Amino acid sequence: MPRVVVDVMPKPEILDPQGKAVLGALPRLGFSGVTDVRQGKRFELEVEGELTDDVVEQVRQMAATLLSNPVIEDFTVSVETVPAAVETVGSAS
Amino acid sequence: MRVGVVTFPGSLDDVDAQRAARIGGHEAVGLWHGDHDLRGVDAVVLPGGFSYGDYLRCGALSRFSPVMTEVVEAARRGMPVLGICNGFQILCESHLLPGALIRNDHRRFVCRDQRLRIENNRTPWTAAYDEGAEITIALKNGEGGFVADAETLDRLEGEGRVVARYLEVNPNGSMRDIAGIANERGNVVGLMPHPEHSVEELTGTGTDGLGFFTSFARVADLAEAVLA
Repeated sequence: MPRVVVDVMPKPEILDPQGKAVLGALPRLGFSGVTDVRQGKRFELEVEGELTDDVVEQVRQMAATLLSNPVIEDFTVSVETVPAAVETVGSAS
Repeated sequence: MRVGVVTFPGSLDDVDAQRAARIGGHEAVGLWHGDHDLRGVDAVVLPGGFSYGDYLRCGALSRFSPVMTEVVEAARRGMPVLGICNGFQILCESHLLPGALIRNDHRRFVCRDQRLRIENNRTPWTAAYDEGAEITIALKNGEGGFVADAETLDRLEGEGRVVARYLEVNPNGSMRDIAGIANERGNVVGLMPHPEHSVEELTGTGTDGLGFFTSFARVADLAEAVLA
């Protein structure tokens, strides 16, 4: 089944307090070397049927209309192919 | 006048807003997010709270509720609309007002008695105040930081569309201390603090918020005086 991924990120000039909070927490946990963190959102849309340019364009419209707020966020749309059988990583056997 | 107050799933201050409208001398009319119906009201208040659980972004899902289709259309025709807190967020998401509201810069929810200056008393929601009036009303938000690009901020200030500004403390990182703005026409106003909590001596910070609910009576009187 085709999957379209929409990544939404706060615009570079917009303050990202959540990213700042994560950045502040990393050294406290002993992780060093990270100079900046920006936190965004990832949407995975499973779509039915063939993945045409038309469908991707529709997802772009969804991203511009609902999934992101163009005043404060940028988005990218990408297509992922999902393997028929996905092994679950880390599940108890 | 008939003042409609919209209840969304997750609205908190709809009952207070209705009460404030009644104390302001109006008939309060409950409106439901799921209805394509404004029930013949003369003005609409979008109250504070966490509509749709603040899922996705504050106000992002409310914007597409059936009642908002009607509110947006009525606002474009000139109906007075006041968005308080979450209501302000909904107005920005609906593009009735420019800019956006993001998480407080200090990352904490803030709840305080906030001093404000009313900078524009030419809206149907602020006509009862003197220009430059300083008032204290409740403020409570987690995502109240008003942001917009420099050009938009310059335009808002240049056109006198900053309705209220924070005094003494900027509680949430809002650009240029902006607490409330209006659209070009002035009928749509968004305000982060809560005038509806300051309408009676018994509770809250006094009655400094009442003006938001008595203003359009005054506007109507003025209009009648002009027409007469």
